[in-house]
Amino acid sequence: MASSAVPSAPTSNGTSGLNGSTKGGLSANDNIKRFAAPSRPMSPHPGQALFHPKTRCFVYGLQPRAVQGMLDFDYICKRKTPSVAGIIYTFGGQFVSKMYWGTSETLLPVYDSTEKAVAKHNDVDTVVNFASSRSVFTSTMELMEYPQIKCIAIIAEGVPERRAREILHVAKKKGITIIGPATVGGIKPGAFKIGNTGGMMDNIVASKLYRKGSVGYVSKSGGMSNELNNIIANTTDGVAEGVAIGGDRYPGTTFIDHMLRYEADPDCKILVLLGEVGGVEEYRVIEAVKEGTITKPVVAWAIGTVASMLKTEVQFGHAGSFANSQLETAAMKNKSMKDAGFYVPDTFEDLPQTLAKVYKEMVSKGEIKPQPEPAVPKIPIDYSWAQELGLIRKPAAFISTISDDRGQELLYAGMPISEVFHDNIGIGGVMSLLWFRRRLPDYAGKFLEMVLMLTADHGPAVSGAMNTIITTRAGKDLISALVSGLLTIGSRFGGALDGAAEEFTRAYDKGLSPRDFVDTMRKENKLIPGIGHRVKSRNNPDLRVSLVKEYCQANFPSTKLLDYAIAVETVTTSKKDNLILNVDGAVAVCFVDLMRNCGAFSAEEAEDYLKMGVLNGLFVLGRSIGLIAHFLDQKRLRTGLYRHPWDDITYLLPELGRGAPGNEGRVEVNVK
Amino acid sequence: MAAKSILEADGKAILNYHLTRAPVIKPTPLAPQATHNPPAKLASITFADGDDVRGVLDQAEATFPFLLVPGAKFVAKPDQLIKRRGKSGLLKLNSTWADAKEWIEARANKVQKVEHVEGALRTFLVEPFVPHPQETEYYININSVREGDWILFYHEGGVDVGDVDEKAEKLLIPVDLSEYPSNDEIAKSLLSKVPKGVHNVLVDFISRLYAVYVDCQFTYLEINPLVVIPNKDSTGADVHFLDLAAKIDQTAEFECGVKWAVARAPSALGIPHVPGKTDGKVSVDAGPPMEFPAPFGREMSKEEAYIAEMDAKTGASLKLTILNSQGRVWTLVAGGGASVVYADAIASAGYAGELANYGEYSGAPTETQTFHYARTVFDLMLRAPQHPDGKVLFIGGGIANFTNVASTFKGVIRALREVAPLLVEHKVQIWVRRAGPNYQEGLKNMKAVGSELGLNMHVFGPEMHVSGIVPLALVPGKMNDSIKEFEA
Repeated sequence: MASSAVPSAPTSNGTSGLNGSTKGGLSANDNIKRFAAPSRPMSPHPGQALFHPKTRCFVYGLQPRAVQGMLDFDYICKRKTPSVAGIIYTFGGQFVSKMYWGTSETLLPVYDSTEKAVAKHNDVDTVVNFASSRSVFTSTMELMEYPQIKCIAIIAEGVPERRAREILHVAKKKGITIIGPATVGGIKPGAFKIGNTGGMMDNIVASKLYRKGSVGYVSKSGGMSNELNNIIANTTDGVAEGVAIGGDRYPGTTFIDHMLRYEADPDCKILVLLGEVGGVEEYRVIEAVKEGTITKPVVAWAIGTVASMLKTEVQFGHAGSFANSQLETAAMKNKSMKDAGFYVPDTFEDLPQTLAKVYKEMVSKGEIKPQPEPAVPKIPIDYSWAQELGLIRKPAAFISTISDDRGQELLYAGMPISEVFHDNIGIGGVMSLLWFRRRLPDYAGKFLEMVLMLTADHGPAVSGAMNTIITTRAGKDLISALVSGLLTIGSRFGGALDGAAEEFTRAYDKGLSPRDFVDTMRKENKLIPGIGHRVKSRNNPDLRVSLVKEYCQANFPSTKLLDYAIAVETVTTSKKDNLILNVDGAVAVCFVDLMRNCGAFSAEEAEDYLKMGVLNGLFVLGRSIGLIAHFLDQKRLRTGLYRHPWDDITYLLPELGRGAPGNEGRVEVNVK
Repeated sequence: MAAKSILEADGKAILNYHLTRAPVIKPTPLAPQATHNPPAKLASITFADGDDVRGVLDQAEATFPFLLVPGAKFVAKPDQLIKRRGKSGLLKLNSTWADAKEWIEARANKVQKVEHVEGALRTFLVEPFVPHPQETEYYININSVREGDWILFYHEGGVDVGDVDEKAEKLLIPVDLSEYPSNDEIAKSLLSKVPKGVHNVLVDFISRLYAVYVDCQFTYLEINPLVVIPNKDSTGADVHFLDLAAKIDQTAEFECGVKWAVARAPSALGIPHVPGKTDGKVSVDAGPPMEFPAPFGREMSKEEAYIAEMDAKTGASLKLTILNSQGRVWTLVAGGGASVVYADAIASAGYAGELANYGEYSGAPTETQTFHYARTVFDLMLRAPQHPDGKVLFIGGGIANFTNVASTFKGVIRALREVAPLLVEHKVQIWVRRAGPNYQEGLKNMKAVGSELGLNMHVFGPEMHVSGIVPLALVPGKMNDSIKEFEA
């Protein structure tokens, strides 16, 4: 994130040295440039100057990229202060937005209401309004209520025509200049740039928009305005000012408004008009030229000459580009402009030559004196952009190898989510993708699902469920209740899976015979995890175990460890009938068999996954189903806070006077 | 998105429903109607290519029971934005349903030439025939301009009304509706040639009509003839819109969509609820979303509809209009302005008749969107039969403001790869011009893929005029060795 849209925490503004700056050493804060408010009101600028090198504006809407572009432009134009005084963003609280100012940074205040922004900045007279077509009417109307606002650029496309007319009606009454809707804005080289006008920095430099020239243009299309910047830079001494009035039927200001400003601007020597099929606004410029209100040479073209040559009506890209009468056609406009003495080329492709010719005449007449070219300013390239261009690299702080949400489609280990559903790989398939980053055979996915189903719940009495129930009854939320249950899982509760896998595997890999294994464990006074059941026995087998055994024997390529565990069971049950292979044991050994023999894992990988505790993961995942069920059950039953009865607790306290705590002597316990 | 023409049936439905509901700007001379209008009797019958015409008409009888009222007389006409239907013999007046049915059957799905445009007749409107004395016919037109809305009124309506711009009485309603004229002013400026007795009735109607115009964001509305038959004491009138043409502002959909929809809901049109026909589908509003038909003679093809649908689903802009599917010159141009400039350049090089499509993509579409857009254009280009002189494809665009050229070009390149052999087979010359963020990378990749796939391709950057490649490609002798292509 280079152009930092990150809402940084509210920082005190203006007083440096407060936030995190260390004495002596440099900190990030020392690189932030702060701009003080102007000490006195600025002297008024001439009426025709909409923008000047001290223009200050608000940007309405969160558009960090556009704002950064404006600040970069200000910087290379050697402005003393950024043109953006603040951002108005009604959907967020007040915060500051961090922006680059050259190579250092600056903080732009973000206001959640126009009122607050206006109250803070009395030097702002321009607003770049990025509000959407739905909300731009309301926000613009509100902005126009503040007398200090003199110019509003409306970027949104698709503003209803009635609303656009209402805006321009009020603007006219109040003497406010509206640029747009449906425009990229405009630019005054060396002074002010609206939003994204002029494109990226490299293009602004290529079109020499960092210093003023002698050609003022008005274009309907925002995209073509960039093209004009290019043409004008290549054929003349550059742009004096350019405005794209927008492609809608009712632009707030039209060609004539800006043409008259350029006429009055002594820096502007040649006028360029790029009109379009639709509307009659070009004719007002023609009238002005005929009447002699405009005397500077005008180079002009109206695009859309093709329209009259097509058989049916075509709505071009711009909403306003539609001829309702002969007068509105591009061909008629070009002819009328030519008749009025404009410089109109034969085709748009010839416009650069026409412009070059007019420019050369002006230079030879001495009306334009080309200025020496200033040094081309350098602008640091944005990190994110440089990265997109493949110019730089940096080590990432995080790596993820399992899923990717950046593209068109979510990917699980490279598999698009649509395919996940199309192939119907089930929850087992998703687990194999995310846990092991590979597709496992179908029987493996089924096995994983089987384990989840078997471990889903084991009644309310086990410690996990108990914890969940008690937490639920204390009125806590689902996550708290679930987590309190999960936290009991460990080596004693639920942990038999991991233990069983470990012990059986070790014994098997060492080559111990089942009987040796049992003997060793007894000698070490260790219980064999995964062996033994409270009630089930050889004659009263656990059906869950039978299910697992049968499934694996039928589907797995090999069940060596399961066979080994069954042999161990033969030994243990000969000692005591209920020392059977329990469901934990069966699942554990079968899982090891799966990892080792399904062909998807190398021996090391299989070992690694087991060491990471993947079996515990299976149990946690499965049992979460049950714990959530207990939570819902208790909620449904509306059970109250649980309090354990006193008579179920044995209270054994040391008696006072028998010695200091810890030194009371022996505590006698009488068990009834 | 702009002001778009709507079907006559839809325009009438909106008027019928909202005339009594839209809030009037100032009180009108007459008391508001006690009840709302009954459902409009508008049978809009649409035939798709290959439909069983008879079957569709029979179905219409079930949908619109008013057609079967014994002794009723009807008007039938195509409803496809055709002007001056009466003069082209496309109006069947005062006929029984049986006659009207026969008349439609003879024309449905048949190609018809109207003035210089040819097109198949697909949509018909059948509505009750209204007998009326000639002097009750009027002409009214409301249209929007920058300063406000013009109301044009003429005391004689009908096909032969003539040049209304010249003779109609006019009144400009300012944008600021607080300056709305009084009833007297309306009467004085519009009704000077109408007998005083009907002034109140007409002022009331005009005010209500204008209220609907504002409330439903029309940009154009013409009713000719408008028939107003006052009742005996002139406290009300029967109003009939015999012929209507209208445009509404599509961009106002978020404000008016619900009003447009409810006026066209089955209940507002007296369509009995047919169970099983619409069940399961939940629509956003009370009625169907507004439809904006293509102009007569240019039916929206499957591909155009596909692009329009894609366009509606994204913030980027994707537009495609097929002008001549057999044309030799195809365009794939980025930007609303640049795309027009390209079309201009092609036309001025003398290839207007060969221009196959108009279209543009802009507003930073994703790589995938660009791919699908390009793929659709290429498919259309390569579906048309080969031409002995080959075809020309312009992959053009201006200097983008913020679209990453390399990434949109990736989509175009993907599409090129898929059809490369066909491009060679159809002898397609490809001319590329583009600039803007990261254009160097985009053009480099484009050039690389051109030589890799053996395509006849020329690539240019910002040093070339935006549409400068058009004359180079189309005008013989313009391209020469002194013109430098883009070098990576």
